[in-house]
Amino acid sequence: MADVPDNAPEHCPGTQSEKAGKSTACQGCPNQTLCASGATKAPDPAIAEIGVKLSTVKHKILVLSGKGGVGKSTFSAHLAHALASDINKEVAVLDIDICGPSIPRIMGLEGEQVHQSGSGWSPVYVEDNLAVMSIGFLLSSPDDAVIWRGPKKNGMIKQFLRDVDWGQLDYLIVDTPPGTSDEHLSIVQYLSATHIDGAVIITTPQEVSLQDVRKEIRFCQKVKLPIIGVVENMSGFVCPKCKNTSQIFPATSGGAERMCSDLNLPLLGKIPLDPRIGRSCDEGRSFFNEVPDSPATKAYHSIVQKHMCMCTKHTHTDTHTHEYTG
Amino acid sequence: MEQNNEDNLAQVQHVVLVLSGKGGVGKSTITTELALALRHAGKKVGILDIDLCGPSIPRMLSVGRPDVHQCDLGWVPVYTDAEKSLALMSIGFLLDDPDDAVVWRGPKKTALIGQFVSDVAWGELDVLLVDTPPGTSDEHLAVLENLKKHKVDGAILVTTPQAVSTGDVRREITFCKKTGLRILGIVENMSGFACPHCSECTNIFSKGGGEDLAKLTGSVFLGSVPLDPLLSASIEEGKDFIQSFPHSPTFSAITSISHTLLNSLQAA
Repeated sequence: MADVPDNAPEHCPGTQSEKAGKSTACQGCPNQTLCASGATKAPDPAIAEIGVKLSTVKHKILVLSGKGGVGKSTFSAHLAHALASDINKEVAVLDIDICGPSIPRIMGLEGEQVHQSGSGWSPVYVEDNLAVMSIGFLLSSPDDAVIWRGPKKNGMIKQFLRDVDWGQLDYLIVDTPPGTSDEHLSIVQYLSATHIDGAVIITTPQEVSLQDVRKEIRFCQKVKLPIIGVVENMSGFVCPKCKNTSQIFPATSGGAERMCSDLNLPLLGKIPLDPRIGRSCDEGRSFFNEVPDSPATKAYHSIVQKHMCMCTKHTHTDTHTHEYTG
Repeated sequence: MEQNNEDNLAQVQHVVLVLSGKGGVGKSTITTELALALRHAGKKVGILDIDLCGPSIPRMLSVGRPDVHQCDLGWVPVYTDAEKSLALMSIGFLLDDPDDAVVWRGPKKTALIGQFVSDVAWGELDVLLVDTPPGTSDEHLAVLENLKKHKVDGAILVTTPQAVSTGDVRREITFCKKTGLRILGIVENMSGFACPHCSECTNIFSKGGGEDLAKLTGSVFLGSVPLDPLLSASIEEGKDFIQSFPHSPTFSAITSISHTLLNSLQAA
């Protein structure tokens, strides 16, 4: 992938391009000799370092969606809670949404700070076996905006992977921002020396959302990222008074079900809208503990179950990873 | 290029950005509905969609995927009607396959936004609405930088009521302050849901967060738009909600927001 620095001259071919240092646009650029020497075309040494650092992490799962506000962070947080309910498992959440980190609030960690230790940045712990890292922990006030262009965001993601003291982990869940841009390319690139189990794709039922999600699926195929399955969130709303169901976000094009059958992807489940989910997230509490009997909790549990099956199945067929790329 | 920029935006009276730190709160929906409301008020409106990775506007206005044509002044925007009262430009019109992912890093996005700002022949417009992706990054900086030579009236911030959303919008307010962008007001979307069966109102995503945020930051509160399955359905099918459901409370909420917006644009 061509890497054009922020302050590059116009028409810069990108530091990793074949033409780096040799195109007409390179004339007069202070880094022309460096680019021409080929040093910039070598893979980033950080990729190998990250590979070593994360060799102690058994499963790596990305939570993706082309669309914003569909519940990626809510799902990531609750997947983590569910996995960590087994006290023998070590679970961590990495939030790479640099401009809009929601994980600290959803997991009840607002205002927490990251500490430095000899072995790197220490993540913040929700439970003994549930660690969290987010740029939210590095900001001094809730008003702080991270007004960064791509390269700075990429640098931050690299640091999160390389410089955080993750320790031994069973699951690393990566929560991402919407889109198919810098953050997504970087996480896949930086994790390329390790093994990623795959991506869980979150969508809502409407076509307006699905059209962006199909782009994200195309992205996964382009970068050869396996797709574990699709979750349809905000799927129907049951009125607490009359118990009738309303389709607030109507599935006019058949919803996730139709998309999954068209694209031959597993549908992991549908989670209904429940006002108590939003409230638990605002208060930073696990929805499972707050409302254990909600249909949404049951939907979540069944999804996590299916998901864990896929991950374990996967461990046994580790040598054939590329077969289920689809 | 700069010459073009002056020409192409010279006859545009007002430029308004629609922003939100958070995704999926209804930036594109609010942009679409405001554009339709302004058009019903007899204004000529343009929408520039700079969400390059997830363009939603073409579908919401049901324009399909027509080819973009060139003229002497640059790209001709796509018009939704024969009177040419609503013009539109989006990356959705430039892709061969609608499912194609635009996997671009920042610099490429910045370059296309530069072209979108300078090379679209908008002609005479009363208001140009700029629909943005979530965040405070490349697209936002690029559009502001490119619009610098032209007057930007300000930004409308869209949020949903929950703290998880207003938290991100607070950061967007800081972005506006740092870049000297005037905040025209805050809209609270998805505010309450009236059950169509029993009329019981449930606050699915809480309530009042947008108004509280406006107070906290000293911004104008433009109004709340309820969760309305009729609105979602119109957006899905690309129908004009304002025309189809003139008696719904959602209609009056949107119209009142568009009136307030027009007044504040004309007063400035």
